[in-house]
Amino acid sequence: MSFLEIKRSYDNFDFDSFSKSVDADEIKKILALPKISELQFLSLLTPAALPFLEDMATKARSISIKHFGKSIVLFAPLYVSNFCINNCAYCGFSTRNNIERKILSFEEVEENAKIVAGFGIRHILLLTSENPLKTPIEYLGKCVEILKKHFDAVDIEVYPLKENEYKELARCGADGITIFQETYDEALYKTLHTKGPKSNYEFRLQTLERAGTMKYRNLNLGALLGLGDFSKEVFFAGLHAKYLQQNFPSSDVGISFPRIREAEGGYQPNTIISDAMLVEAMCAVRLFINRIGITISTRENNQLRKNLIPLGVTKMSAASNTQVGGYAKQNNTKGQFEISDGSTVDEIKKMIYQKGYQPIMKDWQPL
Amino acid sequence: MDRLKIGGLDLTNRVFVGSGKFPNNSLIPQILTALQAQVITVAVRRFDFNNPVENILSYIPKDIKIMPNTSGARNAKEAVTIARLAREAVNSNLVKIEIINDNKYLLPDNYETARACEILSKENFDVFTYMNADLPSARDMKNAGAAAIMPLGSPIGTNRGLETQAMIKILIEEIDTPIIVDAGIGKPSDACQCMEMGCAAVMINTAISSSQNPVLMAEAFRDGVLAGRKAFLAKLGNVSHAARASSPLTNFLQDGESK
Repeated sequence: MSFLEIKRSYDNFDFDSFSKSVDADEIKKILALPKISELQFLSLLTPAALPFLEDMATKARSISIKHFGKSIVLFAPLYVSNFCINNCAYCGFSTRNNIERKILSFEEVEENAKIVAGFGIRHILLLTSENPLKTPIEYLGKCVEILKKHFDAVDIEVYPLKENEYKELARCGADGITIFQETYDEALYKTLHTKGPKSNYEFRLQTLERAGTMKYRNLNLGALLGLGDFSKEVFFAGLHAKYLQQNFPSSDVGISFPRIREAEGGYQPNTIISDAMLVEAMCAVRLFINRIGITISTRENNQLRKNLIPLGVTKMSAASNTQVGGYAKQNNTKGQFEISDGSTVDEIKKMIYQKGYQPIMKDWQPL
Repeated sequence: MDRLKIGGLDLTNRVFVGSGKFPNNSLIPQILTALQAQVITVAVRRFDFNNPVENILSYIPKDIKIMPNTSGARNAKEAVTIARLAREAVNSNLVKIEIINDNKYLLPDNYETARACEILSKENFDVFTYMNADLPSARDMKNAGAAAIMPLGSPIGTNRGLETQAMIKILIEEIDTPIIVDAGIGKPSDACQCMEMGCAAVMINTAISSSQNPVLMAEAFRDGVLAGRKAFLAKLGNVSHAARASSPLTNFLQDGESK
């Protein structure tokens, strides 16, 4: 059974009534349980859980330390192209935006890789926007091969691919796949992605199933928080993660909680996700799925990232540059979004140590 | 002197310690001292020769034996590759096979572990096998050349203690290869219980690293293991379910022969 069927089994569920029915006593009862059900997870995402954030955080911290110890894996993103054929309303790379477009040559990929590796980073995330003509699978495969010379683990966050294409990138050395559904709300999704291949909600939703079938070590997902209803988005992202963990047990499943940042095009989010809501989401997911990786990117500012560490973060980006090839030289291309934490790798490592955790630069060995 | 001779090692201490979950590598020497441990396991995936500050091996005192583990391997082929890399890296034949194909509970794959054990034993590795407590699998690993069998006490990282106690007892009775309980030990009393049962050693990580005072907890584990081992050597007294202050049914025998 695909996750699509699980998602659609909630099509007639009355989320509003459910949310109103959850009270403080119910939250207290849930927080006393060793394991929680799908609907108890949803309860922890309602406003009724907000007064219990400290209790949720205490429990989430304890579970996280048991499963992951006091360690945080660091990685950096490398954008290789911003040519895009989609028109996502919220994205700086949208085809609607009249921005300078660039694609890295293989020499430039290598040049950037050397610089990032020079920071001490050993895990890299390769990103492109969606344009299969400009960045076909052959191009991506070659990029992976180049990066594999400089890094221990290469994850990719590109447009949804077919199974045989995932197989090919795995052959080139890719270790993991990251893809955000953006919004799990199908109707909203269709209003935000009206043109291009990204308008296919189902194909995107099933991306990680195709990657899981090809035995990728890491499968990472997320919803872009701020697009749709907060509780529903985190709820479905959590169910999606649980589905992947059950169906692809040899893969490590991870989740991110990206909040919409300002980008070219001036999109205004429908919902403002407060820091408290972000904490609520992180802790609820940890209580629902004890063993899940949680990534916090440089979309969030340094102080917040520092405070989030003990709540169950397992992975953080560092020294991020969201410009295409921005590590080697500043250019006129716009980043996909504004970065809030511009700290260097050494500054991030120091901050992690200050919180009593250990930064991990290398967590996999190429075989 | 009570010694543990195992896989080319000659040890006076029966605690092995993991290294994966500490907040800072610089804690490692203190933990080793507090435990008086002589063996530490290290994940090859975290060897970082490019960076001495991050390289965990830089923090391990010279007199401590390093046992590389194959953490991250999902099948025998990956484990064998990792073991060979480890031998190159630390110049030791010791290896702990960890093959996990289930990233939710982190339960080891016994079949793939026995396969890897067979290959690596033939290459003269001293193989320690992390496994689910299961007699037929332990026999396979022993026959494949394992130096020690390392059954889990409960799922790794859970601190739930000896949930597989009955199965571990069977392994101790039936397998003449040393049994080292690995994973799940949450309290010094769990470690003590393992040793009382006749385990050759125990392996600890999460219980120490998740404690608020890891060094003090390491000392507590050292004492727990010592107490359990001494009790095992001294032979525990028989357990009776009823008080036996007197023998009401046979007391008359004390009265002399019947006439």
